[in-house]
Amino acid sequence: MGGGEIKPEPAQRRKQSFLTEIADVSLFISRTLKETFSRGFEFREFLRQCFQIGYKSLPLISVTGIIMGLVLTIQSRPTLVHFGAVSMLPGMVALSLIKEMGPVITALLCAGKIGSGMGAELGSMRVTEQIDAMEVSSVNPMKFLVVTRVWAATLMIPLLVLYADVLGIAGSWGGANIKGEVSFVLFFSQAFGHITFMDFFPAVVKTFFFGAVIGLVGCYKGYTAGRGTESVGIAANSAVVQASLLVIIVDLIAVQITDMLTS
Amino acid sequence: MKTKGTIDSTRLSAIKSSTVIEISDLKKSFGEQHVLNNISLQLLTGENLVVLGKSGSGKSVLIKCIVRLLVPDSGTIKVLGEDVGGLNDNALRVLRMKIGFLFQSGALYDSMTVGQNIEFPLRRIKKGITRKDTEDKVKEVLEQVGLPDTADKMPSQLSGGMRKRISLARTIVVDPAILLYDEPTTGLDPATSAEISALINDIQIKYKTSSIIITHDIACARITADRLIMLKDGEVFKDGTVDTFEKSDDAPITSFFK
Repeated sequence: MGGGEIKPEPAQRRKQSFLTEIADVSLFISRTLKETFSRGFEFREFLRQCFQIGYKSLPLISVTGIIMGLVLTIQSRPTLVHFGAVSMLPGMVALSLIKEMGPVITALLCAGKIGSGMGAELGSMRVTEQIDAMEVSSVNPMKFLVVTRVWAATLMIPLLVLYADVLGIAGSWGGANIKGEVSFVLFFSQAFGHITFMDFFPAVVKTFFFGAVIGLVGCYKGYTAGRGTESVGIAANSAVVQASLLVIIVDLIAVQITDMLTS
Repeated sequence: MKTKGTIDSTRLSAIKSSTVIEISDLKKSFGEQHVLNNISLQLLTGENLVVLGKSGSGKSVLIKCIVRLLVPDSGTIKVLGEDVGGLNDNALRVLRMKIGFLFQSGALYDSMTVGQNIEFPLRRIKKGITRKDTEDKVKEVLEQVGLPDTADKMPSQLSGGMRKRISLARTIVVDPAILLYDEPTTGLDPATSAEISALINDIQIKYKTSSIIITHDIACARITADRLIMLKDGEVFKDGTVDTFEKSDDAPITSFFK
């Protein structure tokens, strides 16, 4: 072998690239936090993003929430009837929805809709030099584009989850009424009668983390997209995949912590 | 073809010997590829400096280094007396307020109307500006670029030439001292290119700007240039007026001019 530059092996290069990515993500998160608390919060853009993320997701979350409750009820009912425990149905469905299904399914849907939207939008802004244009006109693109989107996602996704939970229970009531007759008030009072503060509170707290993860991953992938048009697709796609995976991981961690605190 | 010197001698008299941009020994590489190799040049107050060169000769990289969108490997860039490389984020932001940058693609914000695009830097740079003053300023620059009735249009509704004009309006709305044009006529038909080139000259006079115009459009160079620089292999190959370039027998220059 000649005396030229020693090039790293493929495995070593992958390791270096992975470590570089971790460092970049850490820097991106710390810069987002720093810009959040520096002067001149872009409140109007933040409200616009809340509208985009929250209001514009309502149709999707409404349909999903109702179907979630309906399907859960229709599938659980025969088993509960078999054990003579059909009166437990509202409570069981409510617990499933509030503790796990509502937050995770809503967050996964949002990872698809919002994460990919952020990745594609910021990615195309990078490709068409719109982010550079902001930078050279003395506007801080991190503050305007990233901080507003990350905080809007962090605050809107918990609200969407609560909305999906309520519609899920309403859907469950609809499902219960297919093969029987239960009044709306009785069904809801039975459902919420089984929910304690420690069922509800950790489930809500984790949704803020879901929102932050979706916002950060979507913005990071879009903001750091390459220069070609191909990179817009890559940014949108990897935002969905990584945000979804991280939602599951955050959920696992949240469940472990909740279990430790309650046992 | 008329060159700028023959069109308007009053503009040339506005050029002063003081420099607004001074670049010394600038180097920039991307991996193994050396794009800029010891570039040194000056932009004088009030002048239009056209930088010519083949695609990939580092023209766009040069002006991106000036506003620190790219960080040079070595060398110094002084803009309005400030060393760009040594500025902290706040000082860089203040300096960038005095520099306008016209991107090759126009880089209009897709989600905003034309009016909002122009207001966007104005509201952030001129803090405390009233709604009335903002509207007046937007109207003024839209008239300056010849598109007074487009404020409510979306960028997707504009043609290539219109996008360039609106982008130029957004650039001049904050009254920059220096304008950097990245291939302002690329992708436009000859008539629209000539209109944009004339507009560059009008802006130079009205807003008393000093400009670097990156192009490989020789018609644009002839109309706008007070002085020309040709880049070749990441170095300044020749520096002179349009006349000296027209008379040159050097092969890289004749390939552009003849």
